[in-house]
Amino acid sequence: MEPRTITLTVNGDRRCVAVRPNLTLVEALRDELHLTGTKQGCGTGDCGACTVYLDGRPVNSCLTLAVEADGRSVTTVEGLAPSGTELHPVQEAFIAHGAVQCGYCTPGMVMSSAALLSREPAADEPSVRHALAGNLCRCTGYTKIVEAVLACVGDGSCGAHGAAAAEGKA
Amino acid sequence: MSEARTPPAAPDPAARPVSGPPESLIGQRLPRPDARAKVTGAAIYTDDIQLPGMLYGAMLRSPVAHALIKRIDASKARALPGVKCVITGQDVPAIRYGNWRLVPELQDETVLATDKVRFIGDEVAAVAAVDKDTAEAALALIEVEYQELPAVFGVDEALADGAPAVHDEHPDNLSLRRDIDYGDLEQAFAAADYVREDTFTTHAVSHAYMEPCSALARADSDGRITLWTSTQTPYYVQCLLARTMELRENDVRVIKPAVGGGFGGKMELRPWDFCAAWMARETGRPVKFTLSREEELATGRRRHPVKITSKIAFRQDGTILGKEVTAKLDGGGYNGMGPTATFLIGNFGAMLYKVPAYRYRGIYVYTNNPPAGAMRGFGAPQALFAGEMQMNKAAEELGIDPIELRLKNAMEPGDAIPGVATIGSCGFRECLEKVRELSGWDARMAAKLPGEGLGIACYSFISGGVFNWFNTRYPFSSAEVKVFDDGTAQLTTLAADIGQGSDLILCQILAEELGLKIEDIRLVTGDTAACPQSDLGTWGSRVTLMAGNAVRDAARQVKERLAEMVSLKFDLNVIHEIACGGGHVYSKSKPSRRIPLGEAVAMAQRANRGRPLKASGYYTPRDVGLVSPAFSFGAQVADVRVDLETGLPEVQRMFTVHDCGTELNPMAVEGQLEGSIQMSLGYALSEELLMDRGRTLNATLLDYKLPVAEDMPPSVSETVETYEPEGPFGAKEAGEGLACPTAPAIAHAVHQATGYFCRELPITPVKILRHLGREI
Ligand code: FES
Ligand code: FES
Repeated sequence: MEPRTITLTVNGDRRCVAVRPNLTLVEALRDELHLTGTKQGCGTGDCGACTVYLDGRPVNSCLTLAVEADGRSVTTVEGLAPSGTELHPVQEAFIAHGAVQCGYCTPGMVMSSAALLSREPAADEPSVRHALAGNLCRCTGYTKIVEAVLACVGDGSCGAHGAAAAEGKA
Repeated sequence: MSEARTPPAAPDPAARPVSGPPESLIGQRLPRPDARAKVTGAAIYTDDIQLPGMLYGAMLRSPVAHALIKRIDASKARALPGVKCVITGQDVPAIRYGNWRLVPELQDETVLATDKVRFIGDEVAAVAAVDKDTAEAALALIEVEYQELPAVFGVDEALADGAPAVHDEHPDNLSLRRDIDYGDLEQAFAAADYVREDTFTTHAVSHAYMEPCSALARADSDGRITLWTSTQTPYYVQCLLARTMELRENDVRVIKPAVGGGFGGKMELRPWDFCAAWMARETGRPVKFTLSREEELATGRRRHPVKITSKIAFRQDGTILGKEVTAKLDGGGYNGMGPTATFLIGNFGAMLYKVPAYRYRGIYVYTNNPPAGAMRGFGAPQALFAGEMQMNKAAEELGIDPIELRLKNAMEPGDAIPGVATIGSCGFRECLEKVRELSGWDARMAAKLPGEGLGIACYSFISGGVFNWFNTRYPFSSAEVKVFDDGTAQLTTLAADIGQGSDLILCQILAEELGLKIEDIRLVTGDTAACPQSDLGTWGSRVTLMAGNAVRDAARQVKERLAEMVSLKFDLNVIHEIACGGGHVYSKSKPSRRIPLGEAVAMAQRANRGRPLKASGYYTPRDVGLVSPAFSFGAQVADVRVDLETGLPEVQRMFTVHDCGTELNPMAVEGQLEGSIQMSLGYALSEELLMDRGRTLNATLLDYKLPVAEDMPPSVSETVETYEPEGPFGAKEAGEGLACPTAPAIAHAVHQATGYFCRELPITPVKILRHLGREI
């Protein structure tokens, strides 16, 4: 299979990569662009660990081919925080609420949570649980993750951050 | 310098007030220092590492459950462009290995199959190639000729006369037996007013840690090996990799990066660890293996399916007189950690209640299923499913409330398990009383509604094992503490944080001892070449207790040196107690006699002509019986509603009361309990590796069905305060024992709601409907 060169904007930077047509976006991000924050827990769209934003919308990057991202904008967990010293409110909340254990689900959880909050800044518990149903965690029982997300509700900045990141401006 | 002439300490606005004890870190809800790296994606797991020139590895696995390997031809694979190395069982030493180094006959695995495969997924060959696609393509080119053999897939089938032998050394498929005997059992049954016997079977489930296993090896320029691997036991991997590669242990360096969960599933040397290292040496290039989720689910270690028969004798008033348990473990093709599980099921069968006479017969049976291994609770979830289900049924038939029946027989501090252990701290009775209140038990039991029920089950669990099956010649846990003249400290230990947060807990313990803040502690860990020998790793809820005690041991030696400096500086009377707190070392009776810790370190170093101030601490459990230095307890109530039309059991609420001694960090303890409830809810209701003649039918996370956020019931937990004398600051196990009661509590509630008494996990709507006589 001949490689094809694609151009995509990742976390605000324009990047060119030569990819085989069967390469998934998660592989391109991790193996080619060395953005290893995005995790692969299954490769079959079942765990959500690979969640990134494609043109602002959360997708499972294991089910997305890298070539599909050609000419588009991708935001990964590395691009969620506004700067190296300042975190996205969801990230802060995850730390403060003990929502992180082994951390393998965390990048995906954080991305799904931030997307939810930018969509639905006043999300309640059932909608948080529903929105995270595609993200599996084996360590936390989800309790503190849900608490962390709910702690961001009503915090206006969270929606704004989420929206900014979702648009790939972060 | 005399005490009288010493000027009072200069006021230091930043320091805590010198009067009164400084604030303790014990019991604080401190967030984890590693959380920041994990929420930003900066934390490095094994598969995140890429080295220059790195090759990608892949495993060829057996497609059949039981066969002789007649011929392997890898020449076509080797000839494929981009393939740098192919190895089969013929290319590497056929050395048997396994965690049971104490009994070499139990080490029954080779890294690659030599003459025979014993389960679907058994590792047959490995490839290293320039990219993943080439590695996969090469696997397809390896020709293996199998001569299929009849196979066995259940314990009774495997034990039947004339059954095919999985291992020639064990023609009866019986790998080992474990017996426990105490008290006069015949007498107990003869004197009983009520005897019942039940048989239960439990199923195979996956750890389903989110990070699939991964290993990356490099042959160093001096010919030594460095292996990064997703493990909970770096020391075992180091020793067993050295053995299988015919190297000295010190020639192998194992590094444990961040690990995405283990739950018992990452505590052995695995074939990909070896293949990565071997092929890295062969090719001179780093080699990385990362398993797919399908490989994990279809071929990975799993919780032992067990068939347990339990016979128990009571007096009319509910007093237990004796108990007899037999357990048959389906071990799959190899022993793995099975011998330990076989022993522990016996212990867990009589650890919760006073059982004056006990007989246990456990056997570990080879089958052609994928091998089982250690998993959260390790024998206890199976033993206590049987034991607690039976207690509830006995309570019903004796006409005694299930909580009353437990109170009557509950273990208490100082009770002995004959020849096995003496219970230290124990808040079991308090747990029972509290969970009764918390769940509104009495009122609900008095007014039962169809389709609704409360159920109860309890647990006791170990805080680390004392039995040296690995036959280590090092302490079970070690820690090195260094203090610096800038007032900071470094803790170096091989204790393995795999996500549970033990790194924070150990830093918290050290900070508490030295009177420092968490930020003042630098942790060096996860590297066998840098950390003191040794630490047995993460299993059996051992880290907080054992590594915590090692940290305290080292910290106290350092403190003693620092105390000498204060004593010297202020010419203190020898009776002064000197403590560390608020960044200072000070006299407890005259807190103004204090020195900042860094200054005390500088003084100690000057007094020792520059020698750094450090100490090594150790912990090895001694004279604490055969099982564990400490035992935790707990009780759980499930509130369940069953839809009588669909048979669907829906857990409305879980109530948990547990005794984990001192809660060093309540947020961490809660996290353990909450995670345990998720895993155990899955065990009870939805998770099961569905097998058909050795083949796993549901090897995707979609079909495996672990509970998602929406599935989790509301849950309340409370603690009972005890102080465990063997544990650091009174702490003991949390979050592993709780893997046990959830399934029997839910099953009991379902029984109350529908009459269906589950003897075979998991509890499914089909089984409930069948009991209700409904068409399915
Ligand atoms: S890795 Fe993409 S959903 Fe699991
Ligand atoms: S924190 Fe480990 S999987 Fe979620």
